[in-house]
Amino acid sequence: MSAHTLLAESGCHLFTGCGFPAPGLDAFDFKPFLTIGGVSFTKPMLLAVICMVIVIGFFWLAFRKPKLVPGKLQLIGEIGYNFIARSIAREVIGKEGSKYVPFLASIFFFVWIMNIMSVIPLAQFPSASRFAYPVVLAVCVWVTYIFLTFKKHGFKGGVKNLVWIEGLPKPLVPLIVLLEFIQNVITRPFTLAVRLWANMFAGHMLILVFSIASWYLLTPSIMSAVAAGSFVLAAGMTAFEVLIQFLQAYIFTLLTSIYISGAIEEGH
Amino acid sequence: MMTFLAAEGAQNPLIPDTTELVVGILCFLIVFGLLGKKLLPNIQKTLEERHDAIEGGLERAAEAQAEANQTLEQYKAQLAEARHEAARLRQEATEQGATIIQQMREEGQRQREEIVAAGHTQIEADRKAAAVALRQDVGKLATELAGKLVGESLEDHARQSRTIDRFLDQLENNAANAEATR
Repeated sequence: MSAHTLLAESGCHLFTGCGFPAPGLDAFDFKPFLTIGGVSFTKPMLLAVICMVIVIGFFWLAFRKPKLVPGKLQLIGEIGYNFIARSIAREVIGKEGSKYVPFLASIFFFVWIMNIMSVIPLAQFPSASRFAYPVVLAVCVWVTYIFLTFKKHGFKGGVKNLVWIEGLPKPLVPLIVLLEFIQNVITRPFTLAVRLWANMFAGHMLILVFSIASWYLLTPSIMSAVAAGSFVLAAGMTAFEVLIQFLQAYIFTLLTSIYISGAIEEGH
Repeated sequence: MMTFLAAEGAQNPLIPDTTELVVGILCFLIVFGLLGKKLLPNIQKTLEERHDAIEGGLERAAEAQAEANQTLEQYKAQLAEARHEAARLRQEATEQGATIIQQMREEGQRQREEIVAAGHTQIEADRKAAAVALRQDVGKLATELAGKLVGESLEDHARQSRTIDRFLDQLENNAANAEATR
């Protein structure tokens, strides 16, 4: 049972002897709508697939047969592409960055569209608030990071790039090597995933709290004024979420480019 | 922390669902596969082509401008050369004309002198011939006249010759005197 169904099915209001049905973790667990051979398919998976179709569909229509003089759709696509190519790849990685634009753009638009689903009626759920999706993306970034590090510097140089800092006092070396290893190899991908997940999780939770509260407080009493306030807040939070969704997709992509830049640069 | 995670069990949001992991990685790889391998390189190429087209257009325009300038310079140079040539030809023609006139003048002069000289020669020859003929005729006439006057035939050739010579000398003297006085 998710909070969504609780909210819709219960006529639970203030003064009806019913407590506030605060949304919890169960708001992020969906009943499978389809189960094939023991594998259950849930709404977030469907949303992820829909987002994949949207991203591919848009870029297919926009860039399938690109023209020198662009049409409207191609122009919009180019703006998106240039945003990644210039303000992220070029800015962070530099001249070599153009090689990684496809990877960065795929991440950005996939994450952004998944996040936007949070405020699209009927969808209204960010898939990234299920930890598996950020994990998948962070793992892709991590594999890319490690692969590029060893490809660029060879095995010895790669290891050195991961854990070594030049010019340290001898007694500090073991400690710093350990810390660097933990930071570069373990916490980076972990924080990358958690940052996106937690933001989407918290954003969705906030909207839920205020939405449920406005419904719960909607009674024939003075508390309806509070319900109205809560509703305004829910709407405000939704608008705010739109900003956060873009920002998180941007930050995720930006960090990815910073890691790539760290992997391919000389020394560090 | 670990006990908390364990107590939460299936509800722990930080334990990813396996099916979701699979769906997520598939979705992302499909997106990356299509965007990264086909669609974005497509647009990258187009953007470069557009850049080239714009830059190339400017370069071509600059080239055309330079070429036009060069052609203009060439025309100007050719025009100046043609003017120079025309002036030179005029100058030459004037000089040649003057030379020809000079030559014609000299030729005319020469021919005139030739004709005059030839005339003089002819006249001299005629005069001499006339003088010779006259001398003979005058001699004959004088002899006949003398013969008639003296009534005798001056058969003595020596005397005849002397008489004629004396007469002729007298004549020549007269002529010389006449010429001197003229």
